[in-house]
This record gives sequence, C-alpha cells and structure tokens, in this order.
Amino acid sequence: MKSSKRVFLRTLAGAAVFAAFSGAAFAQQTVKIGLLATLEGPFAAGGADGMRGAELAIKQRNGMAGGKKIVLVKASSDAKPDVAVNATRKLVEQDKVDIMVGPLSGGEGIAVKEYSKTQPNITFINGSSGAQATTLVNPSPNFFRFNTEGAQWMVGLGKAALDKGYKRVMLIAEDYAFPYSQVQGFMSEYCRLGGKVPVKAWVPLGGKDYASVIARIPKDVDALLVVLGGADAVNFLNQYEAAGGDKPIVGGSITVSQDILNYKGKRRDSLVGTIAGAPIADAYDHPDFKAFVSAYQKEYPVSSGAYPSPSLFALVYYINMKAALDGLDAVKGDLSGGQAKYRQALSKMTLKTPVGDVRLDANRQAIGTTFITEVVKDAQGNLFNRVLRKVDGIDQMLGMPKEQFKMGSRDEPSCP
Amino acid sequence: MSRIWKAFWILALALPLSVFLVWGIWHNAKLFFITLLNGLTLASLYFIVASGFTLVFGLMRNVNLAHGSLYLLGGYVGYFVGAKTGYFVLALAAGFVAAAFVGLLMQVAIFRFMQGQDLRQTMVTIGLSIVIADLLLWAIGAQVHQLSAPDGLAGPLRDIPLITAYSKYRMALLPVGIAIGVLLWLFLNRTRVGMMIRAGVDDRAMLAATGINVNLVFAATFAIGAGLAGLGGVIGAVELSMVPGEDVRLLLASLIVVIVGGMGSVVGAAVGATILGVAETYGLAYAPTYSVVFTFVILVLVLAFRPRGILGQAA
Amino acid sequence: MSAVQWRNAMNAGAGRAALGKGLPGRGPGVSSRAKGAGDEIVERQTPSMWAAVRARHVVVLAFLLAFPFFATPFLTYQIGAQSLALGLIALSLTFLGGYGGMISLAQMTVAGVAGYMLAIFGASGEATLSLGWSWWIAVPIAIAISMLAGTFVGWLSVRTEGIYTIMITLAVGVAFYYLCLQNYSVFNGFQGFQRVYAPTLLGVNFRNPVPFYFLALACALGGYLLIQYVLRAPFGVALQGIRDNPRRMNALGFHVPAHRIAAYALAAFLAAVGGILLVWYNGLITPNSVGTSWLINVLIIAVLGGMKHPIGAFVGAVIFVLLQTFAIDLIDRERFNLVVGGAFLAIVLFSPDGLLGLWARLRERISTTRPQAALHPRRSKP
Repeated sequence: MKSSKRVFLRTLAGAAVFAAFSGAAFAQQTVKIGLLATLEGPFAAGGADGMRGAELAIKQRNGMAGGKKIVLVKASSDAKPDVAVNATRKLVEQDKVDIMVGPLSGGEGIAVKEYSKTQPNITFINGSSGAQATTLVNPSPNFFRFNTEGAQWMVGLGKAALDKGYKRVMLIAEDYAFPYSQVQGFMSEYCRLGGKVPVKAWVPLGGKDYASVIARIPKDVDALLVVLGGADAVNFLNQYEAAGGDKPIVGGSITVSQDILNYKGKRRDSLVGTIAGAPIADAYDHPDFKAFVSAYQKEYPVSSGAYPSPSLFALVYYINMKAALDGLDAVKGDLSGGQAKYRQALSKMTLKTPVGDVRLDANRQAIGTTFITEVVKDAQGNLFNRVLRKVDGIDQMLGMPKEQFKMGSRDEPSCP
Repeated sequence: MSRIWKAFWILALALPLSVFLVWGIWHNAKLFFITLLNGLTLASLYFIVASGFTLVFGLMRNVNLAHGSLYLLGGYVGYFVGAKTGYFVLALAAGFVAAAFVGLLMQVAIFRFMQGQDLRQTMVTIGLSIVIADLLLWAIGAQVHQLSAPDGLAGPLRDIPLITAYSKYRMALLPVGIAIGVLLWLFLNRTRVGMMIRAGVDDRAMLAATGINVNLVFAATFAIGAGLAGLGGVIGAVELSMVPGEDVRLLLASLIVVIVGGMGSVVGAAVGATILGVAETYGLAYAPTYSVVFTFVILVLVLAFRPRGILGQAA
Repeated sequence: MSAVQWRNAMNAGAGRAALGKGLPGRGPGVSSRAKGAGDEIVERQTPSMWAAVRARHVVVLAFLLAFPFFATPFLTYQIGAQSLALGLIALSLTFLGGYGGMISLAQMTVAGVAGYMLAIFGASGEATLSLGWSWWIAVPIAIAISMLAGTFVGWLSVRTEGIYTIMITLAVGVAFYYLCLQNYSVFNGFQGFQRVYAPTLLGVNFRNPVPFYFLALACALGGYLLIQYVLRAPFGVALQGIRDNPRRMNALGFHVPAHRIAAYALAAFLAAVGGILLVWYNGLITPNSVGTSWLINVLIIAVLGGMKHPIGAFVGAVIFVLLQTFAIDLIDRERFNLVVGGAFLAIVLFSPDGLLGLWARLRERISTTRPQAALHPRRSKP
C-alpha cells in the first residue's frame, strides 16, 4: 500500500474510534424523551399547543435535567388509537427514547397504556388524555398520569350550578367515554345535593345538526349542561340561539376552552355567564400561574400561531413534561436498572405545578386541582374564564368509597 | 313488478309511516312539526349540494368525489369574503365563483383528457379531494369558522302557531332551495345550453356530431356543478359551521341523495334530498343512536328494489 | 391474460368441454382425458402457475424469509407484518378491481367486520361484551361472518354497474362505521375493543414480532398463491371476461351477477384474513379502523402498487407503511395526507398502472437498448 493510503486508512480508523467513544460518551450525557400529540385531524390545534407546553417545560430548564441534556423526539397522531400506538412504537423501538410523553386523546391513552405493558423498561407519562379507564381499569405499572382526568375536572361544578339556582338541568353531550366521565364528575355531586337531570341527550359523535336535540329541550329545565367540544359546541350554541333558545349553559371542560373563546364569529357574546369546570382558568391570579402564562406568551407570541393565553392542552402537557424532568432531577439522571429508581421517584414525589400540587395515587393517577370558572368579557372585548372557585385534592374516586364507585357511562349516574 | 306486489310494497311502507305520523303528533306535536321543518330545511341544503353532483355525473359520467372539498372551499372563501365585507350576498357569490373556477380548472386541465375513462376519473377525484382538503387545512387551520347569518335573517322567527319560534335563517333555506331547484329546472329545460346538456346526457356522441363544442358544454356543466357545491358551502358555513371533515360528510350526503333519488336527475336529487333530510332529522329526534342506520336501511331498500334510484334513468 | 388468449383457450379442447358441461373445469394444465390436439393448445396458452415463476420471485421470497433475521424487531413488526396484513386486504381490492372491474371501497369494512367479530366472539378487554371463546372457534366464525358480509355487499353492488360500485360501497362502508360508532350493546361504540391479542400456540407466542411476522407472511403468501391460481382457473378467466365485456359473457351463457358475487365472496375471504391479522397487530379495533380514511387508504395502497398485478398490493402496502412511519423524519408529519394524496394523484394521472407499471415500462426501455449494445461492442479499456 502507498504510504498516503496507509495514513488515510489510519486516520479513518482513528476517527471512527474517536466517534464511537464520543458517541457513547455523548449518549451517556443525554436523555431522549419522545413527545406524542395529535398534529392532524380535529384536535390538531390542541396538539400543537400541547407540544408548545411540553417544549416550554424543557426550555425553562435550558434543556437539561438531572445533569443530562434532553433530546426531544416528536411524533404525531390523528386521535386514532392505532396510529398513536404505531407512532409510540416507533419512538420507543426505533428512535430508542428513554421516556415517553403523550398521547393527547382519551382513546389513544388507553391504547398506549396497553402498549406500555410490553415495554417494562421504558417510562410512559401521559400527555393530556383524560379517560377514566386508563388508570382505573387494568392500569399499567409504568404508565403515569400527572394530570387529573375528565371526571375530576368537573368536581365542584354541581354545587356551583345549584348555587346559581339551576335545580333542573338537561344534558347535551357527545356519545363517548370522555363526556361520560365529565357528566359523572358533575352529576355525582349535583344529584347528591338534590339536583335533577330529567333528560340526557346523547348526541352521535360528529353530528352537526342539533335542531332535533334543541326541539327536545323541555320547558321546565333551568339550564343546559353542554359537554361538547370544538366545532360541535360552536354549532350547538349557534343553532340554539337561532331557534330562540335562551337558557343558560353549564359547560364541560372542553366546551368553554380557548378553541371556542377564540373562534371567529359573532356567537361568542351568548357565552358570557357560562360556568364550567376545567383544569385551567385563564384568569387565575396566583403568581406561579401568572409566571407560566407570561413564559408561554414570551416564548410563543400570537404571531407564531399560538393562542393569546395557554390552553388546557398546553398546561397539561407542561405539567406532565415537568413531572418527567423533575423526576430526572430527583434521581440525578440515573435511568439504570430498568428505570426502577426513576419510577419510584415519580410515584412518590409531590409535583409543583402552576395550578397547585399534584401527587399520585396507587394507580399512578394524579390527585389534583380543578377550577370552577365563569365566562366574562374584559375591557378589550375578549372573552375569558374568571375563577369562581378552586378545588384541591380531588382523587379519581371523586370522594366516594371505592366499593360505591362506578365508572361513568350513558346511564350512570342517574337522577331524573 | 306486478300490480299486486306494487300495491303490497306501497302499503308496507305507508302503513308504518302513517302510524308514526299519528303517534308523533299525539305524543308531542310541537316536536313533530319542528322536526318536519328541520328535515325539510336540511333537505334544501342537501339538494343544493347534491344537484351539482348529479349534474356532473349525469352528463359526464364523472363521479366527482372531490365535490365535498369544493363545498369546503366555497364555504371558506365565502366566510372570508363575508367577514371582510359584511355582505352575505357577496359571500354567496364569492363561494359560488371560487368553487366554479376550481371546478372549471379541474375539467379543463385534467378531466378533458380522460374522457370515457370513468374509473380513472373517479380515482383522480379521490386524489384531488385528499390534496385539496389538506391544502385547505394547511392554509386555514383546523379552527372552527362560523359565518354569521345576514342581519335580516339572524335570530328566531317568533309567534308561530304551535312551534312558537324557529330560526329565521333556517326557515329561509326552504324558499332558497326551491328557488334554486326551479332555476336549475328552467336552465336545463328552457335555455339552449340546458338543451345541449340534456342532449349530451342522452347521447354524447350525437351531441358532438351536431357540431356543438362538447368540451365547452362539459366545462360549463362542471363549473355550474362545482359552483353549486360552493354555494352550498357558504349556506352551510352559517348553519353547520366550517371545519375540516365537513367535506366528507357532505360528500356522503350527496352520494346517498343521488343513489336514492336517481343518478343524473335533478328532480331525483330533490326527491332523494327530501327523503334523506327528513329521515335523518326524525332519526336524530326520536332515536338518535341509530339515525344513521335508518339512512342505511333506506339505501339498502332502494338498491335492492330500484338499483337506478327512484327517478334514475337507464344507462 | 388478454382477451385473445382467453378466446383461444375457450375455443380449444378442454375449454370447450368445460363450457359444454357447464362445469367449472379442472385446474390449468391438468387433464385426465386422452390427450388431443386441443389440449396442447390449452396447455400452451394457459401455462401452469408454477411455470410462471422466475428468478426474481425466488429472490423476493428468500428476502422475505430472511428479513426478520437481519432487521430489527421494530422493522419486522411495524413495517413487515403491518405491510403484509394491509397488503392482503389491498390484494382483495386488486382482485376485485383489477381483475373483476369492480372497485369496492368496502374491503376495509369487510376486514373490520372480521376484526370486530373476532373481538366479540373471542377474548378482549371488554369482559361484558366478548364471549371469550378460544381462537380456533372465534377465528373461523369471524371469517365466516365477514364472508357473509362481503357477499351481502356484493349482492347490493352487482345490481348496478361498474362506476356506481364505488359510490355504493363507500356508502355501505360509512354506514358500517356509524353503526360501530353508535352501537354500544354489541360494538362498544367509540371505544371499540382493546386487548385483542394473537394466541399462544405450541409454546410460540404469536404476539412476538418474529412469529407474528411469519404468520402474516404465511397468510399473505397463501393469499397471493390463491389469487394466482384462481386467475388462471376458468373462474378467474371468466371473471376477467366479465370485466372486459359483461354483455358478451352473458350472451355466452355465463351468469354474470353470480360470478361477480362469487368474486366478492373470495375477496371477502382475503380481506377477512387480513382483518384478523390487522386486529392482532394493533391489539385493538375501533370504529376509526373502518372509517372513511382507512377505506380510501386501502384504495390508495392498491393503486400505488398497480392494480393489474397481485404483487402490486404488497408493494403499495410497503410504501404506504414506510411513508406513514418515517414521514415525520423526512417531512412534516402534518402534511402526510398531502404527500400520500399527491403521490396517489400523480400515479393515477401519469401511471395508472401504479408503480409496477412504471417499473415495467422502465424495464422495457432498458431491454430495448440492449440490442443496440450488441450492435456496438464496447471498446476494451485502456
């Protein structure tokens, strides 16, 4: 071989060795976190905001946690469980993430939880999925949910409705698991305190024509409990007012969210005075929350496509990502031994969030906070949610003894 | 079908319907009549959109599965024009023109070269529908866009006997649908272009043989058909709001209307739209869980006994 | 097979005998009667399926068999097994569409019926709705029910002609989606069924990537060979004749609707097997699995690969799954629909025979340049 060729080969070998070593050394210094949200389909806007919330949590620590650099790998789904599992599988098995944060919607959450059982050495933390069954039915030992779920979000709203004088309420909700849980959260308190729900109108998912439901509204109800999300809520409110309806509305957690308050139309005025239960309240004036909001607004100005104020998805993804990072801090980045120490730390820690403290119960479900809010208009004419009340320490059993508790369904609970 | 069988089937359909009619009025007359109005007004919207679909299919044998995307496009354009200018009529016109323009483009740039290859055309429309829907999603986002009704039609119509109040805008849909239907009928039956279109539906080759520029006729028809979808989109933007996913829903409604009413017949589209609209709303009001199954049962019945649709013509 | 070849085959000995007797006829290339001149023509014109095997088939088969041993478990499971299951469903559409002239958008619906029936009759996470029967009872029941469903769809669709089939099958597919979405007593509505897992047989857990891959490969290979056989058998040949000219076939005495419905039933069998594999792959089935986007995706897969070749379904499935999995690394995952829709559009506009058609044309072009190379021998290198 010519000498120049020999030198070349040696350099190549040396470079390879160097790269291997530094690569290995580099790998030891990073933690890969996979982030899954719905960036396609009906929840696309929420998913994008969720990702912003998660990234904010990382940015606030300059991309480091537990002494290691955080490498974020993103994936997208479209609110379908099989797509979510495929995306998660790619992140975990192909991109080799150490920690998984996501998904966004309830059905996806249940599917990802089942998948997590096949990967016992990876820690899965929820994104924003809020189905009761995820942690109540066949929970997974390595799936953690640091956010409260659909039923917990509505605790306290029943009493607030009765305080407003709504003794009889008609329910209009979409026919699937998330509204069942929301309705249960509302009705378990409302019925116990003497409220009545004479009619439950379960509307098929994706239906746009509420004229028939509106025609069924009895004269003697005081308010309508509207647990619809996104386009459906907008549609319903529009058609209800056009049909001459004037009953006040009690909202679910995604009914009076940023999506609706921001929508471009004239119907928003009819929303003033609506009470709702949600894990976020834009006008909550605790310094921790205000710091979170201003950090979000600084990092993501409206011109970049973000909302004027962080949405439910941004907050909840932020909380879960913060939990992941705080856990890393607690074990000083030690993910060895199948991440056992890390998971121990997660199970035991008290997480400080912008809206209060969160601890986990035996099923790794959050025991946390919810807000009862009312819609008001500010000086600029924008709508926002004013805080009526803050309820802390809500567990997944909604304060009932375990034997009495039944998961929400179409007929459960019932007080006609 | 023999007279006895025909009588039997008519009775088999009419009897349960009349029983339902009597029971419905006795049980809750207000609900029954509001639902009837709801059904007829929904049928108007379906008719406007489906008539464009059946026009294109009747003449050019083109199952335009991008019809729903044209609906969405027209709705968005109408929304932005309406929000900017504040004039609903301008929004309607803008929606119609935008969709008609895109339809014209599709016909002249793509379908003209595929005359006679029905399946290929249909698959192209499927591809176009996916691409257009995603481009709209990219450009406009997934947020809900609700166009507000024109001031004269906003709010409820009060003091109606029995049903008390009804949405003005929705009530207005009835005469609008009928007007469009009549205009369409006049266009097809009393104008030269309409005569050419009807001739083309019967025999394309002869139409070309008489020296008429068939491509021009096709282009005009496609533009009108697409424009009707866009017009429906603007109307729907007020009543049902604009959101990605509406395109699929309205496309399916058009499909069912055309299958039930008869392919290529505008009167058939009216009949089919009425059946679908009324069935859907009564289903939603009285048995919401299975309203779509009713629609499916109607579809199956029609396909089983009159595969060409109620007013369909033989190929 | 072209119409000319078919005509010749039908006019020759074995074909005429089959027509005369009205029997479906024996398989290609086999005759137990005394050999006559006609038989030679038949045997020449309708070669046995195995005679069509070429080197490339062997190479591909070897690659598929060896794949799990050099690829990661992720690639084996998510790319390999998923493509094979989806390809099988798309194969049913290719068979119906490419060879029967009936493009049915309800193939995914049939697959979904099989998946749902498996979840209902077999074990799943919903103890109150599933019967929990063993897989060797539940699987045949699921396949039988979905074949019935496919036949019903066929019966509905054959009463109208080709182009209406798309409309009708789409409407039927969407109606089934809404039924699954809104019915809670049987289909469990929006949640669907979770924890529908492949069984453990003879100590092999078919939930693991490699065994499941081989299961999917076996089914896909079986389906492919079945289709290749049927296409060369009198039934398949008659079907292609019906595709080309139903009126003439009717005049010849073939019962056109019956042939078509039988084709739907066969396609339903393939789709059912694919559906069962898919539900085992996902571990769940929800109404979204049979929603409009999946109905159209199956069409896209079939067209992408090429509807004139059975292998096209699998080629399309591999490309689709690759795009779906790795799109987020290359382009915005958000624009996945645009990419897939655009690719589909491009293929339908410029190469209606899919990627395989493109490949065939490319090969033609290369092969036509070869004779020229022979005429101009290359100069030796310096």
